[in-house]
Amino acid sequence: MRTYEALFIVAPNVEEQDTETLITQLSDVLTNQGARVAKVDRMGRRRLAYPIQKFNDGYYVVLTVEGTGSELAELERRMRVTDAIIRFITIRIDEDLKRAEKFRARRAARAAAGGGRSPQPRGRGRGPETRVAEPAEEGDDR
Amino acid sequence: MSSQRRDEGRRDERSGGGGGSQPVRRFIRARKSCRFCADKVDYIDYKDSRTLSSYIPERGKILPRRISGTCAPHQRMLATAIKRARNAALIPFVTD
Repeated sequence: MRTYEALFIVAPNVEEQDTETLITQLSDVLTNQGARVAKVDRMGRRRLAYPIQKFNDGYYVVLTVEGTGSELAELERRMRVTDAIIRFITIRIDEDLKRAEKFRARRAARAAAGGGRSPQPRGRGRGPETRVAEPAEEGDDR
Repeated sequence: MSSQRRDEGRRDERSGGGGGSQPVRRFIRARKSCRFCADKVDYIDYKDSRTLSSYIPERGKILPRRISGTCAPHQRMLATAIKRARNAALIPFVTD
């Protein structure tokens, strides 16, 4: 199972009610095919950094989806044919999140194990290295 | 050795106090540090346009590492985030 983030921008001339039905429609497309919509984030109306289809603002919606990928292909197809959606982006985020989790775990482990111990050897190791590097730099200058 | 002598010769030709300028050029600048490391950021979200906007100068380009001091892993994350944000019209591709 992979996690995706599908962001789409709804045109500003679409009524709020229609936006809501659009969101539920798209969510249904995903759930019907076996994916799970984990989160619906309505970022709301924002100014676009550059005009898209002559619109200067749009309603941003982000769906966090857990699925296999084929559902996302269907979602993309749907979004492409929907005129109300002026831009969409789907990205895979599970790998990035896993990596972020790894970093967090490593940092937690270091904080738990090291405490006062880890900075000291590092400082000792750094000392001679800089001392060696300094004469070399002088040689380069000449 | 021979190259050193040649250098000295050149210096004599030009004359003046130019010879002394070379060692002076070496000045110590405060080491810039990665803000993402300091804040312990593990994932740079492309939707967070406020954070990203501090890394895009007037022209809309991605601020290079040598200026911002961002570490390599974070700069990579930042670059992808900025590129995604551009496609989402959150930050501009170009500004003039």
